[in-house]
Amino acid sequence: MSTDIVNSAPPAEEKGKLADRLRTIRFIGLKILSAIPMLIGVITVNFILVHIAPGDPITILVGETAPTEEQVQALYAKLGLDKPLYVQYWEYLFSVFRGDLGYSYVMQADVVDLIAARIPATAMLMLTSLIIFTVVGVGLAVLVARRPRSIFDSIGSFLAVIGYSVPAFWLAQIALVVFALNLRWFPTSGMTSSRHAYEGLAYVGDVLLHLFLPACVLGMRYLAINFRYARASMRDALSQDYITTARAKGLSEGRILLHAFRNGVLPIITVFGLNVTDILAGAVLTEIVFGWPGLGRLMYDAMYSRDYPLLMGMFVFVSIGIIITNLVIDIVYSIFDPRVGLK
Amino acid sequence: MSVKNTDTVTGLGKTPFSALSSGLASLRLDGPSLMALLTLVAIAVFALVVPPFLGDVNSMGADSFAPPSLSHLMGTDDLGRDVFSRFAHGARMSLSVGVLAALTACIIGIVLGAIAGYMKGAVDVVLMRIAELFQVIPRFFLALLVIALFGANVVFIILTIGLLGWPEVARITRGEFLSLREREYVLAARAGGQSTRAIIFSEILPNAMPPLIVAMTMQVSSAILLEAGLSFLGLGDASNPSWGLMLNEAQQFLTTAWWMAVFPGLGILVTVAALNVFGDHLTDVLNPRLRGAGG
Repeated sequence: MSTDIVNSAPPAEEKGKLADRLRTIRFIGLKILSAIPMLIGVITVNFILVHIAPGDPITILVGETAPTEEQVQALYAKLGLDKPLYVQYWEYLFSVFRGDLGYSYVMQADVVDLIAARIPATAMLMLTSLIIFTVVGVGLAVLVARRPRSIFDSIGSFLAVIGYSVPAFWLAQIALVVFALNLRWFPTSGMTSSRHAYEGLAYVGDVLLHLFLPACVLGMRYLAINFRYARASMRDALSQDYITTARAKGLSEGRILLHAFRNGVLPIITVFGLNVTDILAGAVLTEIVFGWPGLGRLMYDAMYSRDYPLLMGMFVFVSIGIIITNLVIDIVYSIFDPRVGLK
Repeated sequence: MSVKNTDTVTGLGKTPFSALSSGLASLRLDGPSLMALLTLVAIAVFALVVPPFLGDVNSMGADSFAPPSLSHLMGTDDLGRDVFSRFAHGARMSLSVGVLAALTACIIGIVLGAIAGYMKGAVDVVLMRIAELFQVIPRFFLALLVIALFGANVVFIILTIGLLGWPEVARITRGEFLSLREREYVLAARAGGQSTRAIIFSEILPNAMPPLIVAMTMQVSSAILLEAGLSFLGLGDASNPSWGLMLNEAQQFLTTAWWMAVFPGLGILVTVAALNVFGDHLTDVLNPRLRGAGG
C-alpha cells in the first residue's frame, strides 16, 4: 500500500504491521458492537410509534381488514397487551431479533416473506445502476482531475448539480414520457413484457430493456455523488507531497494518476454509506413510476391499503439494511486503509 | 447595472444601498452563484406575490386536459383546474414547508449541539449517540410511517421533517462549540465572570454561524425534496397542493397530459439546484476548511 512512505523505518516495520492488524481487528470489533445499540434504537422507535399513534395497537395493526375473532385473539396474545409495557417491549425486541417482523392482515402473509420476495428486483435495479454509474462518475472525475475548468469539468459539474437536485421520481416521469411513451424506445412499465413469454437469452434481453430507463434515472444520483467527491478527493490527492515526489522521480503521468487514484477514491466508499438512505428512497420512488416489482411498489401498495404492519416491517428492514451496509463499508475501509483504526 | 466582470459586485458600494451591497460583496458572488441567488429571490417573490392574484386552486373548469396556451399558461388538469394557479400555490406550499422544516431542524440542532459541545462529557456522549441513531435511521421511511400513522396535515409534515433533520445541524454546532469554547476571547469572558448563557449566546454562537448558515441552506433543499417525495406518495396535505402533490396527481395521466408533470417538477429542480449551488458557494466563501469535504 502507498502508506509505506509514512512508516518506512525498516526495523520497526514488522512490529508496526502486526500492531496495525491488531488495531484493525479491534476497530472492526468495536464497530460491530456499536451497531447493536443502533438496531435496538430502530426497533424501539418502531415500538414507540405503534403505542403513541392514535387508536389502539390492535386496530392499527389489523388496519381496514376484517380479521377473524381467532386472529384478534392471537394478536392480542402475541402483543401481550395485558402485560406491562416493558414486557411487551422486551418481547417485541426479541421477536424482531428472531426475524419476525409481524404479519400483514391485508396481504395475509408474513411481512418477512413479502419483503424477501421483492428484494431481488430492487437489488437488481440498485446494483446495476450503482455499478455502471459509479464507474462513469469516478471515470469522469479522474478524467477532469488534471484539467480543472475544462469543458468536461463543466459538463460533469452541471450533471452533478442536476443529479443532486432532481427528484428521482420526477426524472422517472419525464424519462417515461419522452423515451417510452413518445419515442417508444423502451417499455413503459414492469420488469418483463406481459404479452410475450420470452425464454433464455430473449428473456434476459427483455428484462434488460425494462431495466434500462429506471437504472439510468437512478444512476443520475450516483453519478452526481461519485463525480463530486471523486473530483474533490482526486484533486486533493494530486496536490499531496508523494505525488510531487513521484513526479520528481520521473513517473509517467498515467502512473501518477493511478497513484493518486488509490488514495483519492477510497473516501468515496464512505460517502456512499452516508448517502445510501437517500439512494434507497430514490429507488423506491423510481420503482413506483416504472411499476418495477420491487420494495417500492410493495410500499406503495401498503400505504394505500393502510397496511401498517407491512410499513413498519419495511421501516425496520430498511434500517437494518442501512446499519449493516454502513458496518460493511467501515470494515472494508479499515482493511484498505489501516490508518482508520488510529482515530 | 452591468455584470461584465465579477468586480462590479464590489463596485455597488457607491450606491445608496451600501449596507446591503457590502453584505453582498462579502459573499463574493461569481457567475453561477449570482444566478442561483437571483433565481432564489425570484422564486421567493413569485411564491409570495403571485398566488393571491390567481383564482382558487380547486376551482374546476369546463375543459380538462387543455394543453398550455395563453389562457392557461401551464394547461389544465384532469378536473379542468388551471395548472399555473396550482403551480403558484404549490410554490408557496413547498417553500414554506422547506423553510419551516429547516428552521425546526436548526433550532433543535443548534440547541442540542450547543449543549453537547459546551457541556462535553456524559451529556455530549449521550446526545451524540442519539444524533448518530437519527442519522442512520432512513429519514424518508420514518417520515412516511409517522405521517401514515398520524395523518397528513401541514403542521405535522413540517414537524416530522424538521425533527428528522436536526442531527446534521447538531453535529456541526457541536464541532464549532468544541473548538470555539477554548478560544482566548471565550476564556477572557469566562474569567471576566460572564454567565454561561451570555457566553453561549453572545460569544460562541455568533462565531459559529458561518457553517451553520451553510447547513441551513442544505436543510431547506433536503426538506423540499423530502416533502416532494412524501406528497408524491399521496401523503401530502390534499387541501393545499404542493409541487410534490401535483406530481402525484400527474402520475396517472402521464400519457395524456405531460404538462401536469413537467412544470411542478421543474419548479422543484430549479429551486433545489439554486439552493445547492448557492450553498456550495457559501461553503467556499464562509468556510474554506470544508472545501472539498462536502457538506
